[in-house]
Amino acid sequence: MQAFTLIIVLLMLSSVAYYLGRKRAFAVAQGNIRKLHSLPLYYGLYAAIWCGIPALLIFAVWSAFETTIITNLVVADLPEHIRSLGPDRLNLVVNDIKNLVSGNIVSSEISPEMQAAADHYRHLQSISHWLLVVIALAIAVGGGSFMLTKIKTKQRARNAVESFLTIVLIACSSIAILTTIGIVLSVLFESIRFFKAVPISEFIFGLTWSPQTAIRADQVGSSGAFGAVPLFTGTLLISFIAMLVAVPIGLMSAIYLSEYAGPKLRATVKPLLEILAGIPTVVYGFFAALIVAPFIRDAGGILGLDVASESALAAGLVMGIMIIPFVSSLSDDVINAVPQSLRDGAYGLGATQSETIRRVIFPAALPGIVGGILLAVSRAIGETMIVVMAAGLAANLTANPLEAVTTVTVQIVTLLTGDQEFDSPKTLAAFALGLVLFTVTLVLNVIALHVVRKYREQYE
Amino acid sequence: MNNTDTPNTNTAVDDVELKSRRTIEIVNRGLAKRKAAERRFRFYGKLAIFMGMVFLAVLFTSIVGNGYSAFVQTYVKLDVYIDPQIVDPQGERDQEVLSGANYGGLVKSTLRSMFPEVKSRRDKKALYSLVSNGASYDIRQRVMENPELIGQTLSLWVPADDDVDMLMKGKMDRDAPESDRRLKDKQLMWIDQLAEQNLIEKRFNTTFFTAGDSRDPELAGIWGAAVGSFLTLIVTLALSFPIGVAAAVYLEEFAPKNRLTDIIEVNINNLAAVPSIVFGLLGLAVFINFFGLPRSAPLIGGLVLTLMTLPTIIIASRAALKSVPPSIREAALGVGASPQQAMIYHVLPLAMPGILTGTIIGMAQALGETAPLLMIGMVAFIVDIPSGVFDPSTVLPVQIFLWADSPERAFVERTSAAIMVLLTFLIAMNALAVVLRKRFERRW
Repeated sequence: MQAFTLIIVLLMLSSVAYYLGRKRAFAVAQGNIRKLHSLPLYYGLYAAIWCGIPALLIFAVWSAFETTIITNLVVADLPEHIRSLGPDRLNLVVNDIKNLVSGNIVSSEISPEMQAAADHYRHLQSISHWLLVVIALAIAVGGGSFMLTKIKTKQRARNAVESFLTIVLIACSSIAILTTIGIVLSVLFESIRFFKAVPISEFIFGLTWSPQTAIRADQVGSSGAFGAVPLFTGTLLISFIAMLVAVPIGLMSAIYLSEYAGPKLRATVKPLLEILAGIPTVVYGFFAALIVAPFIRDAGGILGLDVASESALAAGLVMGIMIIPFVSSLSDDVINAVPQSLRDGAYGLGATQSETIRRVIFPAALPGIVGGILLAVSRAIGETMIVVMAAGLAANLTANPLEAVTTVTVQIVTLLTGDQEFDSPKTLAAFALGLVLFTVTLVLNVIALHVVRKYREQYE
Repeated sequence: MNNTDTPNTNTAVDDVELKSRRTIEIVNRGLAKRKAAERRFRFYGKLAIFMGMVFLAVLFTSIVGNGYSAFVQTYVKLDVYIDPQIVDPQGERDQEVLSGANYGGLVKSTLRSMFPEVKSRRDKKALYSLVSNGASYDIRQRVMENPELIGQTLSLWVPADDDVDMLMKGKMDRDAPESDRRLKDKQLMWIDQLAEQNLIEKRFNTTFFTAGDSRDPELAGIWGAAVGSFLTLIVTLALSFPIGVAAAVYLEEFAPKNRLTDIIEVNINNLAAVPSIVFGLLGLAVFINFFGLPRSAPLIGGLVLTLMTLPTIIIASRAALKSVPPSIREAALGVGASPQQAMIYHVLPLAMPGILTGTIIGMAQALGETAPLLMIGMVAFIVDIPSGVFDPSTVLPVQIFLWADSPERAFVERTSAAIMVLLTFLIAMNALAVVLRKRFERRW
């Protein structure tokens, strides 16, 4: 809460600096703002930036390192017999101290040493907080007033403000790169730790997946096998079923809408299809688990088939429905991009409409459609909620769509929800699966985007 | 070039005529087949659209059909005598005593007095289970607010148990054998008696809109999740809108065309297609493990969703900026504005409707997103309504996910009802985006 107040105070100081800077600029110009190099507003902004930004930066750096430094100081002051406990136990003690400080429940009994350490911690914390407040305010006031005194008619305030703004803009655009780097690093590091425990060849080629590792060495049935092949096949099976639904329906409806349908039908059907795209995946998951899966099971029962209640067919079918609008809008775009002259040429030769579509338009649009389908496949592979709610949990190496299979995303979710310890291969396996998922979808996307872009250039 | 064979013009003409007659015959012979193929093709197209519409219709009817009944809830009328002996034996009106009193006992004794014939222990237990646990909380709240009630008879409607609710809504089969039913024959008889005396009826379910999560379906509501969603979206909007617009402005207007900006562009396009769950992994590894931010907090949810929606906003904003004609910029530059001034005062306001449309669509995506939030611990069972971005909370889609997993029959209708609420928000947001586009979009 103190941090929040500090930020508010800093922002208020900045606005005061803005106001004073503007006023000062008017004063320097003696009311004739044509004498100024920049508009008065820029002098105000310049002062505000110098007042607020350094102080906020100090605040950010301070908050990032405060806990670590205080913890180290407290640990250094702990009695010798606690410090020599070894890193794991020491960590527990430190956690207890922190809990004591924040008034939470403490796992062990409170010894006088710990109480002392907690008091010490609290003391250091309050010193650090006050120090931060003083330093930040001093910098804010100092920076602001320094800039106020420097305001002159010849000062190039606009250029200074604009170069600051450019830096901000560049920083914002690099967040996209930082995100990618963050994804790669976070997934990669944990995966490397995982592959230290489980060889990479076993992970990629192993045929059994049962991530329950034993807590005690003598436990039964928890050997922990990390062969991900059943997950890959399960993912592919469900995605394949989804594509079997989505590609024909999506493609045909796109063709019909762009080539046959009148403007009225188009205007009603297109938004309706887009509603399908806007429905959250958790809703599809509920639909699959509650309505489609029992329906398929019962229908299979009537036909004398033994259908699992979490069959791959149900999940794949609903995922296909979800992807229909995706395929159809992408195909629609590429079909519309085919030049009219190609159609006219085909009609001129006496081809019927369907012949034109099949022999001329479709081949011309094929690269774009393939690109769109690849994007849809990557969507299907990465889809999570439908499979979490409607597909199975147990890994099952099968190609039978009536059985329950599990997928990469389901396993990531089951491994990472609930309590977790960060050094067991069970948790780290989720990151290895995430790495596979990220790589595969990235490759698919790069290919698809490349194909689509290349195709687009062809007709531009 | 055909002029080379001018000497035998006559035979050539005959030949051509013969050939053309033969061609037209070939064409005519194939015509029926080709027309059939045409009709078939058209039929496939219509079938595809029809299937799409059928899926949409089935989806909506099944959800509305399952969910509409959750907006009413069965209530039982009780005349509870607030016994001073039980509630406040000392008569001091001490809030602590009042808060800890045995209100459940009051409810039970009221039920016993309504059905004096019930004697055996087991029957009494069955009788008590007709009324929700929430009844005693309700009475406690009223007594705490108004201690005058002590010693009086309080007449109030309390929520019935979820099984009774299901029965009253016709979702439980009365004719099934007793062992297959969650309500036994005696309980059915009591409910019928209550119904005869008009002491049981269905009313609008306010609990559903005002309560947090609960293990008891009749006490569970979406308000907690809705507040969580709201807080998360606020964080997402506050971060992703300025950052997204700034990035789009830089990339579209100021960035030099070099390798770095190319990489950024490709990157943004790829990020838009990265599975959402991967963003959850990023949030878990970076925000929670590395920075040590609190789990389950809307702040983290908002940060993760920001990273996820940024590509959408950037791409939409760039398209909007691109559609502003260069003449606007040139005119501004011509009267002496700096490039940034031209941008801020002239181009950006004109592009704003497009940018806002993209932002709303991005927010709608964020509102419906579930998978990354599961990774950062927003799946916890949380009863309290979150009051800030650091409080543990959940969001609407995750609440739907949690309820969908619950075994109680009554949660099915509540899940569907929560979905209806979520879809209403999403449709409203998308409609707003459409209206914005229609009203303010300018074609140059």
